[in-house]
Amino acid sequence: MSAPPAAPRRGFSYRTARMCWVAAFLAPALILFTAFVAYPIVTAMAYSVYRWDGIVRRGFAGWANFQRLLTQYPYRERTAEAFWHNVWTFVLTMIVQNGVALVLAALLAGRTWGARVYRAIFFMPVVLSLVVVGFLWELFLNPVWGAVNKLLVLAGLGAFARPWLGDTRTALVALILVNAWRWVGFPTVVFLAGMQAIPEEYLEAARLDGAGSGAVFRRIVLPLLAPQVNIVVILTFIGAFNWFELPYVMQGVTGEPYHATDVLGLLFYRAAFGAVDTGNPDVGVGSAIAVVMFLLILITSSAGALYLRRREVEG
Amino acid sequence: MTTAPWPKAVRRPGPVVRSALAQALLGANALLVVLPMIFMVLSSLKTTREIFRDPFGVPAALRWDNYAQLWSAAHFAVYFRNSVVVTVLSMALLLVTGTPAAYALGRYAFRGNDLIFLYFLSGIMVPIRLAVIPLFIMMRDLRLLDTFGSLVLVYAASGLPSTVFILTGFFRGLPQDLDNAARIDGAGEFGILWRVLLPLVRPALAIVTVYNIIPIWNDFFFPLVFIHQDALKTLPLGLTVFFGEYQTNWALLFAGLTLAAAPVLLLYIVLSRQFIKGLTAGAIKG
Repeated sequence: MSAPPAAPRRGFSYRTARMCWVAAFLAPALILFTAFVAYPIVTAMAYSVYRWDGIVRRGFAGWANFQRLLTQYPYRERTAEAFWHNVWTFVLTMIVQNGVALVLAALLAGRTWGARVYRAIFFMPVVLSLVVVGFLWELFLNPVWGAVNKLLVLAGLGAFARPWLGDTRTALVALILVNAWRWVGFPTVVFLAGMQAIPEEYLEAARLDGAGSGAVFRRIVLPLLAPQVNIVVILTFIGAFNWFELPYVMQGVTGEPYHATDVLGLLFYRAAFGAVDTGNPDVGVGSAIAVVMFLLILITSSAGALYLRRREVEG
Repeated sequence: MTTAPWPKAVRRPGPVVRSALAQALLGANALLVVLPMIFMVLSSLKTTREIFRDPFGVPAALRWDNYAQLWSAAHFAVYFRNSVVVTVLSMALLLVTGTPAAYALGRYAFRGNDLIFLYFLSGIMVPIRLAVIPLFIMMRDLRLLDTFGSLVLVYAASGLPSTVFILTGFFRGLPQDLDNAARIDGAGEFGILWRVLLPLVRPALAIVTVYNIIPIWNDFFFPLVFIHQDALKTLPLGLTVFFGEYQTNWALLFAGLTLAAAPVLLLYIVLSRQFIKGLTAGAIKG
């Protein structure tokens, strides 16, 4: 940056002093962010094309790590299984958690009695640690002593009692429901904020035209809610593909029973630190998983952001 | 929001029925949220036998010694203190670095302003834990493994995108006359930030704090990777140790869960509006 030659000396030094201040304000954050976020993310990507010996880097490996991840036993099986569990988690969370959230938000919008208190209650588990939530529900879902099965017996539905977390058919769904219990308040609040931003006149006009409340919701509320829906979809996707704490805490690092709750996050952790089969870390494959997860999240969230911007431009 | 919706709806069958149905559904969901937490607290005051025999009843006698045992035997005090220290240090580092950066980006026109802003923003959707392998190797080389330093650096750094984003927006929204007036009064660049603008962005600082402090307090992943010494474990990680150790002592387990959940829940009950606003800051405009 050079000052225009005609500038008086005093002005020049004043400008320089100011820029020095700006640099001083920016430097700590830039250094911190570069050293512990930007640089590690870039290196994490780069690591996936190297051969690794424990955590010692060897030669260039090209696509070999990705090849192993996608084609070699046991990675291929584990990856495919974990990936579909993530997809299933996303889909089921969208339907159950976000579906319930949409209903709750619709019930809270308008002048519902106690709406503030309900909103505060629904949001409460969102502040809880997932470790606490996971362990709490692990105790509740215990096959013998857990509250859930005891409640079923008490309600005369003892036939439905089962080892929810120990059965390969129910374990993942149980985890997804526990996750939904913890998170449902979040999309509820987001949807509710969107609904409350809709001018009452729109709804009133539709009602005057004879639209029932179902039609008002489908034709007016839902289309105007698109930005909120979009954000919730993106966040749910990131959450589903980043899933780690709850499966780890409740089902262990291998996603018991028999990998029924194995997800990419667990697979990544095992490859990086505890190994999939052998017990040795496999940093190359671990990095390859990170790249895959990173790309999935990047593509989805940019697609969502683009969609959102286009809608906003349209008006 | 001009007219109340009810008069028009009277023609249709039963607004009373409909609002009763709404209340029933909302109430049922509220119970679904609250009851597990109430069971947790009640169970923490029972004996394990009592939990097994009568899981839904009120405790026969309040067994406070579950808590006493936690505090002495299960290292809970240590985990708790560690979590407090790590969270406070991380937030301090985040605000001390993030606020001036946002001030510079929000109040000064200079070449590269937009570029630096975008650079910070690029980190907002990227889950930092995907970079855990390089971070682990880096912390090992810096001899920061098994220290609070590793956690504090990662938490502060990964909080910067959202912090810079939210605070820059607030700084931009303040009238430029404030700086000019302060400058005429002889204030330096730092004085403008510290004495004039900082008091005005306090609401934004509150939002940024809530947005970051809860995930930091609750984080399990980085302590799991970085911290091995029991004396340095934070509460979520300590809880897994504790659950391994006392598997069959359910009364103690419930007491541990209650104690781990209590600080955040109590804060939430007092400040629920600020919490909701802060935690949804990325997803709701304004």
